[in-house]
Amino acid sequence: MNAIETAVLKAHRNEKAARFFITVCGIGMALVPFLIGGFLLIKGIDTFTLFGHSLGEFLFSGQWDPSDTAEGGGSVGAGIYISGSLVTCALALLITLPLSIATAIFMTEIAKPRTRRLIQPAIELFTGIPSVVYGWIGMTVLIPFLRLFFPMPFGFSVLAAGIVLAVMIFPTITTMAADAMNAVPKQWREASYGLGATRWETIAHVVLPAAKGGIFTGIILGLARALGEALAVAMVIGQMKEFPTSLFLPASTLTTAISADMGGAMEGGEYSAALWTMALLLFVLSFLFIFLIHQLNSATNLKGKA
Amino acid sequence: MKLKKVILVALAAMMVLGAAGCGSEQKSDAGAAKTAAVSGSITGSGSSALLPLVKDAAEKFKEKNKDVSISLNAGGSGTGLKQVSDGSVDMGNSDVPAETKLDKAKADKLQDHKVAVMTVAAIVNKDIGDKVKSVTRQQLQDIFTAKITNWKDVGGPDEPIVLVTRPKTSGTRALFKQYAINDAEEASNKSLETDNSGILVQSVAQNPGAIGYVALPYLVNDKSVVALSIDGVEPTLENTYSGKYSVWGYEHIYTSKEPKAAVKAFIDYILSDEYGKRIEELGYGIGSKMQTKEVH
Repeated sequence: MNAIETAVLKAHRNEKAARFFITVCGIGMALVPFLIGGFLLIKGIDTFTLFGHSLGEFLFSGQWDPSDTAEGGGSVGAGIYISGSLVTCALALLITLPLSIATAIFMTEIAKPRTRRLIQPAIELFTGIPSVVYGWIGMTVLIPFLRLFFPMPFGFSVLAAGIVLAVMIFPTITTMAADAMNAVPKQWREASYGLGATRWETIAHVVLPAAKGGIFTGIILGLARALGEALAVAMVIGQMKEFPTSLFLPASTLTTAISADMGGAMEGGEYSAALWTMALLLFVLSFLFIFLIHQLNSATNLKGKA
Repeated sequence: MKLKKVILVALAAMMVLGAAGCGSEQKSDAGAAKTAAVSGSITGSGSSALLPLVKDAAEKFKEKNKDVSISLNAGGSGTGLKQVSDGSVDMGNSDVPAETKLDKAKADKLQDHKVAVMTVAAIVNKDIGDKVKSVTRQQLQDIFTAKITNWKDVGGPDEPIVLVTRPKTSGTRALFKQYAINDAEEASNKSLETDNSGILVQSVAQNPGAIGYVALPYLVNDKSVVALSIDGVEPTLENTYSGKYSVWGYEHIYTSKEPKAAVKAFIDYILSDEYGKRIEELGYGIGSKMQTKEVH
């Protein structure tokens, strides 16, 4: 065997080893969410099999009174929490989306490079702030402020939660949107200007549609964070076990309800089973979000090609 | 009356003698342990109300036993009991007896150590505390079940009552429910809920008209809220010891029936007279000082 052959063989071996290692990592990590899902399913299914509640009761009833015993016999209507989660997330998105898109447009289309170099790190700084800090500031600054200006009895409210969440998901959506807009080829903009379009027309009809995919991905990631955020929301929403009937009144969400009672609930009891079912529901919801975005993404991609 | 006194004195004398006897035994035990056993690791988890005490004790204990490492987590009484029961920690801290969170067979395998007494006080925002100093038990029940919704009905200012409570599985809430409001169910659809006693104090301090409840240790260095008397009895350790104030419960550390030497030494340390003073400084009560015969 000459030197060249050995070198080639060695290179092949290295290639194979690296390929094996990377494949194992890739598949292994892709399996983790499914393992977590499986675990949640095993834990969460108890509510229906062991304690005999119906899916309809869990999803739509507002009667939340699981018994903290292995015998069960309570009621597990999580409708209050489900609607609370959905309303706060929707509100956060409603508040943050115009701001995010505007900031992204400013960063990519309007600001001078020097200004942009200042803004970008500032926005990235948002992501680094831990949620407990957001919650605490929300509690000590935002709540008294809201109470001063709005007709609300407590300050703790759906609105406060929506605002805190909006601030928290703002950087995610903004950076994703800005990246997507940056990726739109310069020639497209020039072509648009060449056709006599104004800057606004170019942004609205060329840049934004082309960057749609990235913006949607940002929205999904932001929503996922909003849906999963427990700590900051728990500190400002008031955690009243009531449907979110008004922006100015307290409510509860899935995550706040889980984190409030998970430590104290008896393992294997009806209460903890119901909490596991709520965790399973959160998992299913984020799964649904991602599926939905993929669908939307592929739909917009197709349109782009046609 | 005189006879009773004599008996009491005799009993006390016996107890002192007995304690002295035990003490000497323990001393020899500890002496033996010092050379060999008091090293290794201790793990614990559970009640967040008890955690400050156990943490403090752990620090003091480590000063004396340098080779011991102690790792402690909160997580709630249910978690602590489950973990000590399945052996993943050495100590399960709980606000409630093990029987309420575990099935009987599992609970029977655990050893209960009543390390302290936790007194729970109703607290109000300062604007109320200046005018309402005391409420009756019935008033308190009506307040927390949202039958009374304005402070003027209990002699306070014309201000709506803001309820601030703990989650349903909280040990503090269980105590408060059982001993302060006659086992009535709180109006959870009318109350703000906080996961954490520290945040509850802050909420009550910031919301005009707010009322909540916390364990005394959270009020030791806190002047931002006012503790209410119930039926004229102030929530203090003295009144708890004498049995006048009834909203209290034992704090439990559960271990296996035959714990590791390090765990046993640690629990003996918490129960020692020396550490007892510190327990009171922290705002908890000492089990041996309880004069009331009530079983909580």
